[in-house]
Amino acid sequence: MPRRLVIRCARFCTAGLLISLSIGGLRAEIVRHETSGRVSLESRWHPQSAAYPGQRSHASGLVVEPEFYLEDHGGRSFNLAPFFRYDAGDPSRTHVDLREAYLLLFGGVANSEWELRLGVDRVFWGVTESRHLVNIVNQIDQVEHPYKEPKLGQPMAHLTFSGDWGTAEVFGLTYHRARTFPGRFGRLRFPFVVDNDMVSYESDAKQWHLDVAGRYSRSFGPLDLGMSVFDGTSRDPFLILDPDRSGEPAFVPIYEQIRQFGLDAQVTAGSWLFKLEAIRRTGARNRVGVEEDYSASTFGGEYTFYSVSGSAVDLTLLSEWNYDGRRQYATNIFQNDFFLAARIAFNDVQSTEILTSILRDADSTGRVLTLELNRRISDQWSLRLEAITFQGIQEVDLTYLTRRDSFVELNLIYNF
Amino acid sequence: MIHSCSARFPLAHVVPAVVVMACLGSPAFARSDDASPEEIGLKIALEAREHGDGFGNFTARQTMVLRNRQGRESRRQLRVRVLEVPGDGDKSMFVFDEPRDVKGTAFLIHAHRDKADDQWLYLPALKRVKRISSSNRSGSFMGSEFAYEDMSAQEVERFSYRYLRDEPCGESTCTVSERVPVDKKSGYRRQLVWQDKDAFRVWKVEYYDRKDSHLKTLTLRNYRQYLDRYWQAGEMTMVNHLTGKSTVLTWTEYEFRTKINERDFTRTGLQRIR
Repeated sequence: MPRRLVIRCARFCTAGLLISLSIGGLRAEIVRHETSGRVSLESRWHPQSAAYPGQRSHASGLVVEPEFYLEDHGGRSFNLAPFFRYDAGDPSRTHVDLREAYLLLFGGVANSEWELRLGVDRVFWGVTESRHLVNIVNQIDQVEHPYKEPKLGQPMAHLTFSGDWGTAEVFGLTYHRARTFPGRFGRLRFPFVVDNDMVSYESDAKQWHLDVAGRYSRSFGPLDLGMSVFDGTSRDPFLILDPDRSGEPAFVPIYEQIRQFGLDAQVTAGSWLFKLEAIRRTGARNRVGVEEDYSASTFGGEYTFYSVSGSAVDLTLLSEWNYDGRRQYATNIFQNDFFLAARIAFNDVQSTEILTSILRDADSTGRVLTLELNRRISDQWSLRLEAITFQGIQEVDLTYLTRRDSFVELNLIYNF
Repeated sequence: MIHSCSARFPLAHVVPAVVVMACLGSPAFARSDDASPEEIGLKIALEAREHGDGFGNFTARQTMVLRNRQGRESRRQLRVRVLEVPGDGDKSMFVFDEPRDVKGTAFLIHAHRDKADDQWLYLPALKRVKRISSSNRSGSFMGSEFAYEDMSAQEVERFSYRYLRDEPCGESTCTVSERVPVDKKSGYRRQLVWQDKDAFRVWKVEYYDRKDSHLKTLTLRNYRQYLDRYWQAGEMTMVNHLTGKSTVLTWTEYEFRTKINERDFTRTGLQRIR
């Protein structure tokens, strides 16, 4: 039995067990149940010819994301959100995930509150827009989007206490999800495909290593502050070039044991938002395979001009600076990069919105430009257009590997 | 003599709804000849707030129908929760059910009497809570004719007041008062408010823009009394005289003094709401 299947089976058996446990935990009387979700038809087109053999220039696909919700008389609830993608261009993009399947319980103790989420869930930490540095709980579903960091579901027990003194959260993360990567026919990948069948771990417990995380957050008037810690299996793989079973060169992902301290802060002052995220990570290898402790940060701000010259339009300007202490040995593209963006919200009946950004590498001439347009067509249907282009990319940039993968994508979405 | 037990919030709004208390026979406010129109106006507002106190909390459902000049309609549906905070502005939360692309998107607002409101937005697709600016006073709420400032709590401290006159309205008599927003970011130069003398329900508001042109008119209908005390309009129509567009806001499924509490109006509570 192929290893991937065994892993998948284990994953789904765990999920199945969690689901049945969760539903069993709800009282018999369901007072509220809801089904919602979306179906999205997508088409992505790459105008430039491929950099690597086998890559296709066009791919269409379908995404189905239903969501089910049950709530009992005591306010306990169960959430189920599976995810399906079919991609006609790259079979590796075709995948199934369990984004969410959790039981939620909560209650009060004096002036404080506790909340427990048990099962598969997604967690978001952080404040900045160009990058989500402190957001470490969930694995990135990389095949979904090159830079937006959509997340795979993560099995966990998540306990929260909150009161006047702030919010404290602890996480027990019971299973490691490997990052998804495009396959041989896909764009936005490395010269060699990543072989997730060969995935390996620094820990002897492999993907079953119990990772732990914690976060404390509190608001002081206009300041929101968050401090976090993560100890366990890295979400970022280190890739080693190795022949796969058929003798073709391929990247083998290795997941190290790391520790990360994170800080996130936002000051909300009138039309200004000031944002900061910073991390200190130990135990990870750098770009050349040497273990190197490092710090990285993202900071900047945004300002919104409301009702521009008497119209209904709001214009937000954003600027952020990304820095990684490893510089040229950083394992990502944010070693020293400026991010500038503009968001135009038309505030019309269709909620038309345009977002455009540029990520400029301060160490070279590389630029990543994006444009995104969202518009509702009717109460059920909406439309999304996105374009990304890579400009002036030099060989030293990590982006060099995807330099020919600029794309235009059109999504037609049915929301139910 | 004017019997004034008018509203804690003179208007029913999308978020913290108008909670108008019926006058329980007490001459709450007496107009004396030596009081200036400004004093009378402020006194009405202050007494109204005092008499509107004590509702505790409520939940309700709102439907907004947006109509353009050509008559084309679009619908918004949301659920609202409001918690009274003694001595400060109320806490409120609203969750979208329609349009479906924003289903589950939720806002949490902590209104304040003496400083800017605190606001958070929950985006369910990213599971992300964002603290957002509350400077956007005059912008349109979800493409409707209601501006954010029309929907947020009409705290007494946010206006200066002037009583103008009495005027017949329906079967009752209304006081007509002018109120001027203190906030320079407000889209309005002034507002005229019609409030009846029987139960101090607001029946009409005229909004004048910064150039003092008559921009919008809000009319309120289908008042119902809850807990034998609080009056609430069932339907509110906002007409924009410049664009010809209108929005009809309907309130249903009111429930007062539910089991929601302080803990539901936190960031954690915001991520939990469905």
